[in-house]
Amino acid sequence: MGLYSITTKILKSIAYPSELVPSIEEDDGHHHFDPVTEHEGAKLGMWLFLATELLLFGGLFAAYAIYRAKYPEMFMLGSSSLDVVLGSVNTVILIFSSLTVAVAVKAIQENRIQLVKVMLWVTIICAAIFAVNKYFEYTYKFGKGIYPGTDIFYSIYFAATGIHMLHVFIGMAVLGVLLRKVYQNKYSKDNFTAIEIGGLYWHLVDLIWIYLFPLLYLVG
Amino acid sequence: MDNNGGYKSLINIWLLLMFLTFITVWIAQFDFGALNVPIALLIASLKASVVALYFMHLKYEDGMTWIFATYPIFLLFLLIGFTVVDMFSRVIN
Repeated sequence: MGLYSITTKILKSIAYPSELVPSIEEDDGHHHFDPVTEHEGAKLGMWLFLATELLLFGGLFAAYAIYRAKYPEMFMLGSSSLDVVLGSVNTVILIFSSLTVAVAVKAIQENRIQLVKVMLWVTIICAAIFAVNKYFEYTYKFGKGIYPGTDIFYSIYFAATGIHMLHVFIGMAVLGVLLRKVYQNKYSKDNFTAIEIGGLYWHLVDLIWIYLFPLLYLVG
Repeated sequence: MDNNGGYKSLINIWLLLMFLTFITVWIAQFDFGALNVPIALLIASLKASVVALYFMHLKYEDGMTWIFATYPIFLLFLLIGFTVVDMFSRVIN
């Protein structure tokens, strides 16, 4: 094999990777690989993405660890100023929304479309309630003259909960798109990859909050 | 697997998470001194494991997914651990 043919082969494999894999007979235009491989690949890709998300918050947790050790009184004071009741309510809401997404993922695998719709609606509503609570928390803090620049504790508090809040909004958008496609009958027990990996993203939002809640609100 | 069995186990997992959340809030009223953060992290990690294993189906995934799911935890330890060790072992600030 000459250098030219090797080079073209490599370039082709980069440009058209699907041609190297035996494709399924009936091509519906959506699948590049056979459905099982595609499903597993998409899930693995999502887990890899979640890993990068974990490291995004990892930087904030590192900052928390250092400054908490350096200024324990500041963290004690700041933490006790946060509303534990509101924080607890938001924890319960997020964990409940994790349950509803998990039920939706199971329901689509049994073709129970109506149940999927209800569960996705409940999840989005839970996310909205979470956002409203967070809005009240923020405005209450601003009303007392507390801003992200007030001290290091509040810098970390606003940065961590703010980036988390951003994830809640993105999660709402993802779930909204999924819900719309469920109404268009795009998903079934043979095609539910999108709902499953969208669900994985929403569980991550819950996972991060599971750590943020005790570290910011409770441990003072 | 029968139809309702799966949903029931999801609800049981949720009840377990609610119970652990209650423990999180309840235990915070006691002062364990330096152990406050480790205890909070321990309960949070227990909750996170339950979410990952059952809600995110990690329990039923293959080895490759497990590697992708657990490797970032090791990276987190490196990131946080070494930053903290560095900050508190400097001779010159």
